[in-house]
Amino acid sequence: MWEDLQTCVFDAPFVVIAVAEEGRGAEQARPWIEKARPSYPCLIDENHVVSALYGMVNVPQCVWIDERGTIVRPPETAGSTDHFRKMDPATRTLAPALLAERNAARKAYLDAVRTWIRTGKHALPGDEARARLPVITPDMAMADALFRLALHLRRQGQEAEAAEHFAEASRLHPESWCIFRDAQALEPSGLAGGPAFWERVNALGNKPYYVPPRL
Amino acid sequence: MPTVLSDTGTHAVPPSGAGLLLSPQDTERATGWTLKPEGMCQAELCVPLPATMRQGERIDAAAFWRHLGNPVAHDRAGETWVLGTGPEQRNQALAGLQAPDFALPDLNGKIHRLSDYRGQKVFLTTWASW
Repeated sequence: MWEDLQTCVFDAPFVVIAVAEEGRGAEQARPWIEKARPSYPCLIDENHVVSALYGMVNVPQCVWIDERGTIVRPPETAGSTDHFRKMDPATRTLAPALLAERNAARKAYLDAVRTWIRTGKHALPGDEARARLPVITPDMAMADALFRLALHLRRQGQEAEAAEHFAEASRLHPESWCIFRDAQALEPSGLAGGPAFWERVNALGNKPYYVPPRL
Repeated sequence: MPTVLSDTGTHAVPPSGAGLLLSPQDTERATGWTLKPEGMCQAELCVPLPATMRQGERIDAAAFWRHLGNPVAHDRAGETWVLGTGPEQRNQALAGLQAPDFALPDLNGKIHRLSDYRGQKVFLTTWASW
C-alpha cells in the first residue's frame, strides 16, 4: 500500500523506505517484492537491524524522519489494525462492516502521512517525540543478541540449538512479535500464523496486537 | 574457526579454548576498541582494562564487552559469539532524535544507507513475509 504514497506528487521531496525483516533471508521476501514492483527502495534486513536500532517490536511499524534526519514520529503501527482478530476462522474473512472499519483506519493513517509530507502536520515536537520513544532495557538488548545468535545458527542448520536461543530471546522480550514470529516454523502459506501464534494473540486479551497510532 | 558477530561485521577468529580470548588485533577487529597503554580506546574515549581481563597477550573480549554494559551471547560450543549493543548506548542514540543510520541491501545486492536519503522526508517502514 506504500506505492500509493510514493507515487503521489508532492512539492516536498519524499521517499518510502521499506525494510523486510526476514531472518530467513532475501529469497523469502523476493516473491512479494517482485509482485509489488515497488518504485521505492525495498531493503532486506536478515538480522532485524532496523527493529533493534529503533526499538520496533512488530511489522509493519514505521518511523517518520524529516529532511534533516530527525525522528519526528517514533515507531508506531503503520496502518494495520487488530481487525484480523475478528476474522471468521473458517473463511478467514471479515464481516463487511469490520472490513470497512479496517479500511477507514488504513486510509486515515495514509492521509496523515500525506498531510505530513505536504504541510508538516503530525510531526511531533521534540519533547513529545522523545517521550514516545521505546525504552530499551538490558533484557531487550540481551534478547536481540540471542536472536541474532539464533538466526545465525539456524542458517548453519543448527535448528535445535537455535530454537533454544529463540525461546530465551522471546522470554526476555515478550513484547517483540518480530522475535517470536521470525523464530516460528512457517506454515505452507509462508506465514508464522499457526496455533502458537494464535495462542499468543489470544493471551493478549484486551491488549492490542497492533497498538493504534496516536495521530 | 570461531565466528564473532558484532556491529563491526562478521569476524573469523582463532580458537581460544574457553571464553573469547583474542589478540589485541582481533579484539580491535571484533569490537572497534584498540588496546593502548592507557587502556582500551575508541576514538578519544579510553577505559581502563582490568587485569582480570588479560591473559598474557590476549584479551578476554567477552568480559571486556560485558564490562562496557553490552550483552554477549554464544552457542554451547563457543564457536559463535554475538557482541551486542547495550541499552544505554541504544537509548542515548534514540534520545537525540537523530535517526540511527544503517546500511542494507536491496534484492539486487545494492547497498542503501538511510543517510543517503537526507534532504527528503523519509517514511521508514518495516514489513515481513511471515
